[in-house]
Amino acid sequence: MSIRNKYEDELLQVSGKLIKMCRATELAIENSINALVNRDSEMSKEVIAEDKTIDNMEHDIEQDCLKILLMEHPVAGDFRDVSAALKMITDLERIADQAADISEIALSFGDEEFIKEPEHIMLMAKLAIGMVKDGVQSYINRDLELALSLDRRDDRVDMLFETVKNDLVELIKQSAKNADQAILFMMIAKYLERIADHAVNIGEWVEYAVTGKHKIG
Amino acid sequence: MQQFNDKMNISVKDCRLWYNDFQALKGINMEISEKEITAFIGPSGCGKSTFLKTLNRMNDLVDGCRIEGSFIIGGIDIYAKDTDVNLLRKKVGMVFQKPNPFPMSIYDNIAFAPRTFGTKSKSVLDEIVETSLRRAGIWDEVKDRLKKSALGISGGQQQRLCIARALAADPSILLMDEPTSALDPISTGKVEDLMTELKKELTIVIVTHNMQQATRIADKTAFFYLGELIEYDRTEKLFSCPSDKRTENYITGRFG
Repeated sequence: MSIRNKYEDELLQVSGKLIKMCRATELAIENSINALVNRDSEMSKEVIAEDKTIDNMEHDIEQDCLKILLMEHPVAGDFRDVSAALKMITDLERIADQAADISEIALSFGDEEFIKEPEHIMLMAKLAIGMVKDGVQSYINRDLELALSLDRRDDRVDMLFETVKNDLVELIKQSAKNADQAILFMMIAKYLERIADHAVNIGEWVEYAVTGKHKIG
Repeated sequence: MQQFNDKMNISVKDCRLWYNDFQALKGINMEISEKEITAFIGPSGCGKSTFLKTLNRMNDLVDGCRIEGSFIIGGIDIYAKDTDVNLLRKKVGMVFQKPNPFPMSIYDNIAFAPRTFGTKSKSVLDEIVETSLRRAGIWDEVKDRLKKSALGISGGQQQRLCIARALAADPSILLMDEPTSALDPISTGKVEDLMTELKKELTIVIVTHNMQQATRIADKTAFFYLGELIEYDRTEKLFSCPSDKRTENYITGRFG
């Protein structure tokens, strides 16, 4: 039984807000890829507009965490939870930025027919979304195993990135006309690869929150 | 009689202490490193002050107090029959929660211990008084009023005067029992700075209820609970990632 109810409430509030920010971020990636595949420029614009909301969520959680650090002087597990939350929201915010960047690129395809169906990119997106979701879920459930699994899952995303890259190089070799779209697809794949890296970072902060150990690099 | 060597570390094995039928300490084992600050924390009644007092035999004065275990300081067993308790307390000085200057002049407070141990020369005493007050960071504030009563200075100054008085006996170890709990934040800061300065030459053990104070100044922290030493580790480790759930519950303000 805690003797610090207000403090407990504040910590719970941060967790709650973090889950909301995570859901919004997952949705941003999902929508950015759906908008790309379905040529839905309205949805792309929504993702770009939504980025501001996610920035605000980051700011709000950051203020809550700083206030807890200042007012409550958390130590031990509480200190690690608040520090991990502070670091994780930076990763989530970057992920949302990258979803917005994907949407910007999606808009520049216009109505042109794709040089290739983006199946590998869709798979990368699916994996990356799962990783982000599980990263935050592992924080909520203090699930170390799930957090540590993210590193391994990132290898799969990296491999897909290589596949996409090689496919695009082939397409450029086939025809110089493919080059414009190939570069756009390449950038989208790179953003997804980065999103998965951010999910790995989240997992590493969960490891810190649970065990007190943090990987370097 | 045995002689203390130059080592300033403390080694306690299986310390058990009773106040009549009540067992206040239940087998404490602890190695305290020299020239470091070690903080004792824990809820009231956990035994931390009792344990601190065993280190210069202050519990000898308590009726019904019985102590077992091995206490090695400066290479000697401090509870051995031939240990000179006065010499022990010269080697292991103590500062208490409330400033307790003697009702005499500032000068006489500081000169008290050297006089007790036989120093008579005025010039030597003058030097000890000045050096001790300088080491305690209070010389500039009191040098013009050395002959005035020590009771006339502020609480924060009185506490630093008491630290100077302890230093005048040339101790190797300084025990401090909540030395800043009666002081304002500015005086507290001065005493904390002073402790950090003094650990270059002394081993310091401090009991504190202020956990931020432990994190600010202590190299190592020990958590006591119900007469047991639950956890003892580097301060940063203990406060960021304690090994024992009871430590975590206490320092985060939750009771298990």
